[in-house]
Formats: sequence, C-alpha cells, structure tokens
Amino acid sequence: MTYSIDYAALAPEIILAITVMGVLTVDVLVPRRLKYWSAVVALGGMLLSAAAILMLFLDGSGASMFDGSYVVDNFSLTFKALFLAAGYVVLLMSVGYIESDRYYQGEYYFLLVSSILGSLVMSSARGFIVMFIGLELVTAPLFMLAGWRKGDKRSNEAALKYFLLGVLSAAILGWGMSFVFGLTGEVRFDAVAQGMAQAIGDSATRPAAIVAILFVIAGFGFKISAVPFHFWAPDTYEGAPTPVTAYLAVSSKAAGFVGLIVVVYRAFGAVGEIWGPALWLMAAVSMTVGNLTALNQKNIIRMLAYSSVAQGGFMLVPFAAAAASDGAIAPAAVSATVVYLAIYLFMNLGAFAFILAASKHTKSGDIESYAGLSTRAPGLAVLGVVFFFSLAGIPPLAGWFAKFVMFSTAIGAKNTWGWTLGVIAAVNAVIAFYYYARVVKAMWFDAASSEVESEAVVGGSLKLALALCTVAVFVLGVLPGLASTIGDTAAQLLGG
Amino acid sequence: MDLWTNGAGLSLMVALPVVGAVILGFMPKKGEEAIKWIGLLTSLLVLGLTVAAAFVFDYDHSEVFQLGTNRPWITALNSSYEIGIDGISLPMMVLSALVTVLAIIYSWNHWEEPKNPKAFLILILLLEAGMIGTFVALDLILFFIFFEVVLLPMYFMIGIWGDKSERTIPVFNKVVENRLYASLKFFVFTLFGSAFMLLGFLALYFNSDPRTFSIPGLIDQAPALAALPFAGLIFAGLFLGFAVKVPMWPLHTWLPDAHTAAPTVGSVLLAAILLKLGTYGFIRIAIPILPEAAKDFAPLIAVLAVIGIIYGSLACLAQTDMKRLIAFSSVGHMGFVMLGISTLSEVGINAAVIGMVAHGVITGMLFFLAGSMSHRYHTRDMARLGGNLVLMPKLGWILSFTAMASLGLPGLAGFWGEFMALLSAFDPQAGLPVGLFRVALVVGAVGTVLTAGYLLWMLQKTNLGEPSEEWADSNFPDADKYELTAWIPLLILTVVIGVYPKIVFGASEGAVSALIEKAFGG
Repeated sequence: MTYSIDYAALAPEIILAITVMGVLTVDVLVPRRLKYWSAVVALGGMLLSAAAILMLFLDGSGASMFDGSYVVDNFSLTFKALFLAAGYVVLLMSVGYIESDRYYQGEYYFLLVSSILGSLVMSSARGFIVMFIGLELVTAPLFMLAGWRKGDKRSNEAALKYFLLGVLSAAILGWGMSFVFGLTGEVRFDAVAQGMAQAIGDSATRPAAIVAILFVIAGFGFKISAVPFHFWAPDTYEGAPTPVTAYLAVSSKAAGFVGLIVVVYRAFGAVGEIWGPALWLMAAVSMTVGNLTALNQKNIIRMLAYSSVAQGGFMLVPFAAAAASDGAIAPAAVSATVVYLAIYLFMNLGAFAFILAASKHTKSGDIESYAGLSTRAPGLAVLGVVFFFSLAGIPPLAGWFAKFVMFSTAIGAKNTWGWTLGVIAAVNAVIAFYYYARVVKAMWFDAASSEVESEAVVGGSLKLALALCTVAVFVLGVLPGLASTIGDTAAQLLGG
Repeated sequence: MDLWTNGAGLSLMVALPVVGAVILGFMPKKGEEAIKWIGLLTSLLVLGLTVAAAFVFDYDHSEVFQLGTNRPWITALNSSYEIGIDGISLPMMVLSALVTVLAIIYSWNHWEEPKNPKAFLILILLLEAGMIGTFVALDLILFFIFFEVVLLPMYFMIGIWGDKSERTIPVFNKVVENRLYASLKFFVFTLFGSAFMLLGFLALYFNSDPRTFSIPGLIDQAPALAALPFAGLIFAGLFLGFAVKVPMWPLHTWLPDAHTAAPTVGSVLLAAILLKLGTYGFIRIAIPILPEAAKDFAPLIAVLAVIGIIYGSLACLAQTDMKRLIAFSSVGHMGFVMLGISTLSEVGINAAVIGMVAHGVITGMLFFLAGSMSHRYHTRDMARLGGNLVLMPKLGWILSFTAMASLGLPGLAGFWGEFMALLSAFDPQAGLPVGLFRVALVVGAVGTVLTAGYLLWMLQKTNLGEPSEEWADSNFPDADKYELTAWIPLLILTVVIGVYPKIVFGASEGAVSALIEKAFGG
C-alpha cells in the first residue's frame, strides 16, 4: 500500500520539526552567553508554523492522509493555532525564567517545542495509533521538564509523580484502545464508530465494549486531570518550574481535551448512552471536588491546580449535555468546549505569568505573601485582578463567556440531566469565586506584613506574555463573537 | 439629532465613564487636583447627557423604547447590542448619573483611609458605567454583563476603604475585619443569585422561537413562554437573582453588613442605585416576560415583602449603630417597593417606580449624613450621640428633614411610594388572592407606623437633647460647602417629587400601563 503525503498540509508540523532540530543545533554552536538564541529560534519557528496554519486556513481545501488517520481540517487547524498560541506564551514566560537558572537552555526549548509538535499531531489524529503517538509526544518531554529544577526535591517529586501516573494513564488508554481494536478490528475513528455501535448492541460484546469506552475515557481523564484521576496535578504543578506548570495546566490539558473530543464524538459518537453518564459524573465531581479542595489551599500554585481540576469539570459539562440531548446539541457542545478552552488558555496562562512576575515581589508561593502587592506593584496587582476574576467568570472579562456557553449547553439539552448539571455548575461557579477572590483580597485589602525591599524588574518577554493574555481576556470578553467563531469553526468536526 | 437617532447618546453614557476611568488609570497619582477634576467632569458630562435625553424623550409614547439602537453583537447566540430607554428606565438612569456626580463632589475632601483618590474615582466611574448600562440594556446578555460589572467596583470599595473594626464570624469562630467579611458576603450572595438568574435567561432563550435574548422580543413571545411546563422554575431562577439584589427577606443578610462596612460614598451608591437593579429587573424582565408565573409567585412575593417591612422596622429598633439602622430601613423600604410590584397592578408598579426613585434620593441622603456624622464624632453608636442639632445646626436640620421624608411624610418624596403601594394592595391584579393582599395592606400599614417609630427614635437619640459631656466642649465644623453642594440637589428633589410626583409619573405612567396591559390584558 502506498500513501500519498500532502507536504503542504503538513507544513506546520514539518516547520516545527525543523525548529526542534534547529534549537539543538544553535545550542551546540553558540557560546554560553548567547544561549538565548535557541529561544529566539524556537519563537521564530513557531511563528512560521503559525503562518503556515493561516495559509492552510485561507486555502480551506484541507487534506486527509494515511487512510484517513491524519486529517487537516478546520477542527485540527483551530486547535493547532490554539496550541501554538499557548506554546508561544509559555515560551515567552520561560525565557527569563530559564535564563536565570543558567543551565540547559537549548534542551529546555527542544523539549518544549517537541511537546507542542505532539499536540499539533494530536489535533490531526483521526485514528487511535496516531492519537497515541501524538499523546506520548506531548507527554514524554514533560516528564523531563517537570523535573527541570534538578536541585529542588519537590521538582524531582513532581517529575516522578507525573512520570508514574503518565505511564499508568498511557497504559490504561492503550489497554482501552486494544479492546476497541479487538471488538471492531479498526483503529480509524470513522470505522470504529460503526463497529462500536454494533458491539454495544450485541449483548455478548456489550460488557467488553463498555469496559473499552470507560478505559479510554479514564486514560484521557488523567490528561485533563479530572476527578478521580487528578491526584498527580497539585504535587506536579507545585514542584515543576512555573512556566512548565502553566504549560501542563493549559496545553497539556487542552491536548487531553482534543483527544477526548475526537474520540468521544467521532469514534464513540453513536454510543453516548455509555459515556454520557460517565462524563456527567466526572464533570459534576471534578467541579465540586476541585472547588472544595481549592478553598483550603495556602499555596497559590496548588490552588490553581485544584482550580484547573474544577475548570476541567466545567469543560466536561458540554459533553454530558450533548449525550443527554442524544446528540442534538453536539455541535454546540463541541463549540462550547472549544470556546471554554480558548478562553481558559489565555486567562490561565495570564494567571501563571502574573504569578511568575509577582514572585519577584512575594518571594514565596503562599497566598498570604501577596499581601499588599497593590502598594508595591499596582499595575501588576491590577493584572492579577483581571486574570483571577476572569477565571471566576466575572464580566466583562472573557471568563464569563466561557461559563456562559457552558451553561447554555447544559440548559440547551432541555432535560433534567442538563438542568441538574447546570445547577451544580452554577453553585460551583459561586464557590470558585471565593478562592479566586482570596488572592485579590490579599493583594488589595491586606497590608503587607513587612516592608519587603523590591525593585523587581519584569523581563521584556514576560511583559509581552502578560500583555498578550490581557488583551485577549478583554477582547474575548467584550466581543465574545470572536470566541464563538473559534468554537464554531472547530465544531465543523461534526460536519456542517 | 444624530446623537439620539442611532443610540450614540446612550452608548456614550456607558462609554464615557469607562474612558474617564482609563484616563485616570494613566494619570500620575500625585496630580490629585487633576484627577478629581477629570472624574467630576466625566460624571457631569454623563449627567448632562442623561438630562438631555430626558428632554429629548417622547413622553407621549413612554412605553416605546427610545433613543436606542440594535446592532449585531454575538451573532452565534442571536444576542445583540440592543439598548433603549422607556419611561421606567429613564428616571433611574438620570438618578444614577446624578448620584454619581454628587458622590464625587462629596468625596472632594472626604477621602477615607487609605487615601487614594485615583483608585476611588476609577471605581466610582466604573460603577456608573455598570449602573447606567443595566438601565439601558434591552438584551438579556447585555443586562447580565452590566448587572455583574457593578459588583467589582463595589467589592473593592468595601474591601479597601471599608470599616476596619473586627467581628467574629458565627459558626467558624474566626475574627475578621468587617470590610473583608462584608465585601465577600456582598459578592458571594449576589453572584449566587445571578448564577441562577443566568440559568433562567438561558432557559428563556432556548424556549423562545425564534431564539432570542432580546427583552422586547421575549415580551412579545410571552404567551408562548407561559405555556412552558417549567415557566415557574424559570421565574424562580430570575426571582433568586433579583431578590438577592433588592434584597428581599430572607436573602437580605448581606445588606446590613455591606452598608455598615462600606465607605460613605459606597453606601450611598449601594442604597441609591444598586438595590434598584433588583426591583428594576422584576419590572423590566421577570414580570413582562413571564406574567403568568409572576401571578403564581405574586402572593409569595407579597408575603416576603411585608415580612421584610415588619422585620426591617423591628430590626431598626434593635440597632445601636446609626448606619446599620439606616441599612435595615432599606430592607423595610424596599419591602414597600416589592409589595407594590407584587400586586402586578398599574398603581402598584407606579408605586414601585416612584418608591425606587424616592428611596434612592432619601436613603442616599441619609447615608451621606451618617457618613458625615461619623467623620466628626468617630462613632456611630447612637447611645453616645445626641444633641446634634445644638452642635451642628445645619447638619442636624438636614438630618431631621431627611428622616421625615424617609418616614413617608406627605408632601415629601417618600410618601408616594408607601402610600400607593398600600393602595395598590387593596386592589391587586385580577386573579390574585384579594384577601391575602388586603392582609398585607394592614400589615404594611402597621409597618409605616413602625417606620415612623424608628426614625423618630433615631432622631431623638442623635439630634435632640443636649450634647452629652463627651461632646459638650467639642467644636465640630458644621456641614461644609462640598457637603452642601452634594446634598442640596437631593433635598430639592425630595421636595419636588413630594409636591409634584408627576416628574416621575409623567415618564413612568404610560410605560407601566402598557406593560400591565400587555402582560395581563389590562
């Protein structure tokens, strides 16, 4: 069998692959004080790749390769663009951070860009094998990146935990996939879809099919750190270098969601009766457990870790609603999840960038250490308000629209399942406000415990990261039509 | 005129304060004078626009939404930038702009610690944008956004400049500063209500055909929406959102805390405008879109309203803190407004509209006074006050006058709202249990007596008598020019509305009767 490869359609991936090698080459060639050039190469490569994506968008013809396992369409292009945007911001955040550590700059960018490349591959994957390869390419570099601060025990712990659970989840996912393959004899999602419908219909294979679906969902559950697969998140988030944490919380999570969206709606599209209740439960429990645990956190990163668990729960709501409506609102549900992810991407990255910038003043991760930040760095404290209240969903900051579309799918399902989940989400949105407000309270209402001398300078690239996120949070909040365009473009996955 | 044909004027009223706030954001903190003038000029400009709008407004067709526009905004959700005003929103809009100006004038030399005019004025302007936005919005999403936007500035105002004394939180047994407790409670309560309100909005959207978030559009679909089996649930969601904001008993507990802890200007804005967002929501959204469900809920609302009246009055009599007393009086007064609304009758809704305006003017004034007094005495404990009239005659007389207005003295603004609300309870909308409403009338009438009771009691405690030894030798400055400038417009309004209520009814009557006609068929 021969495959024709559409190199133009693969241009974004190819450019990134070249960038990955370029980063390493530059690292070898330049003297130590010029090591930051590897970051420049990485950033430049990503911009080129983004340009390629834009060309493909404008071209609009798309492509399907490898027997339909690798597809370039509006869904994958949307996600590729989002992944690049997120990766770009993370890289900007990393520049100052990694430079201050003075070691392994080239390798850091090499691994990070590799992981981004993986997420691009995942966006296009329409078969289990490609999906699995992509997922591992996203994850494997992160095992190392999580442990980047070698001297720090917690960083080591973070890496080890992430590694063990990452491997475990890959095993579970692989196991589920093998079941699916065994039942249907197919790895491409379109073909799997028919086979799974039959397997569920047949009482002899039904139990095995249910197990297969649940295992696949559990595998992705680790990636999106949904309860009960979330235990690694707080420790890993806390120990890993902050830019890597940001990447984990945003891009890696989004990669999990890409997988979940494609697998659930395409491969398991006909058997919503099975995954619907599972995801309903996962959404409800993730929101509630994530939020309630976040209430008690003293460390800001741990708090954001639990908050990201809860936000993941919100993003699962549309899935459950789609299943509850028997697929009637599936396109709206995909759109809602994508809108949520897109907005979450900017506000959460912004929050981490803010923490990174503020850490020069606070010198600690304790929420209490943010006391009086408004007097020491008023501008920064305003940005903190913007990002944390956006996460809480307060208009006119973008977060409100994310919550809004999420609620609208729950209500749009028009049945008790949807309504109940909507009410649970509403209560959770209020609980969540409490812990986001704690940071704001510390910054603005509490007096600094002692006068800390701080003439902290926020690096240029970090400033750029903050600016990008701020602009995005305001623009998407005031003109939410943009966000829903992104969502609707991605929702073409389901045809139409 | 172009300013009024395409919604530019109304949009400017919302945009200008934001622009002003952004400009202030870039001003150096040291240029205090410049900062104050920019803040004042911005708010004066907005006030000028609202007054101009009031002149352009066509009072013969006050039920028609005027001076607005309708442009696509979130096309995917059929939500548009739809704004406009009718005779119900017009008075509230003007009042919002006026109170903002007065708040800034009052602030001129009354900065609470930690002194930061720049931040304070930015918050006031943002608040103004949110308040006016809520009153001009004709799209549910737009309304929701402005309704929420208001929370942020108020949260910061209470949290930063609020009362720093400490209190123990029940159950948790934790000691926190009042400002922290109150700001959070204020936000969480309102957020809780508005989350359910949003669910209600979405339910309206998904059950409308064609799907729309437009308020006039949904009102046109009211008959179809009434047929929904869960229209009652939708109304319950809206009810939660608005009732928390009003606040109605038993959802009122955030209010005394927020009011007591807030800085003076914060209390004024909270009382004068923010509470009205809730009642306005009932009149603008909940009742006309879901009239049948409103009928089902009306008896419950009436009962909660009179409980609020009696409870608020009794609670007032138990207060030692002057500001807290005024805060509880709001619970009672808003009870009258809600009683008027619950009758679903023309008289009742008109009573509510004038009651809202009057409460805004009078209670706003009372909070100004309470603030000015505590600036001087450094206490609000009524047991220690007394003889205010002797010490500060101007301030004392103004306080007496305002208290009289608040207790509903005929000839002053407070009278119409109370009187007409009770009147409307005698003859509620057809189909409502008349007996229950007449009982509510009687209980409400008892409430007016109690209201008079606690206000006179407050006057006696603070104003009358000889100053106690503690203050006998003190030489407090009487009301200064900034205070008087801020207060005189409110005092004039109190009299004008009292003797010539048509200044409000002239705008609202037509709109209210059309609303009732459309919802309940006359």
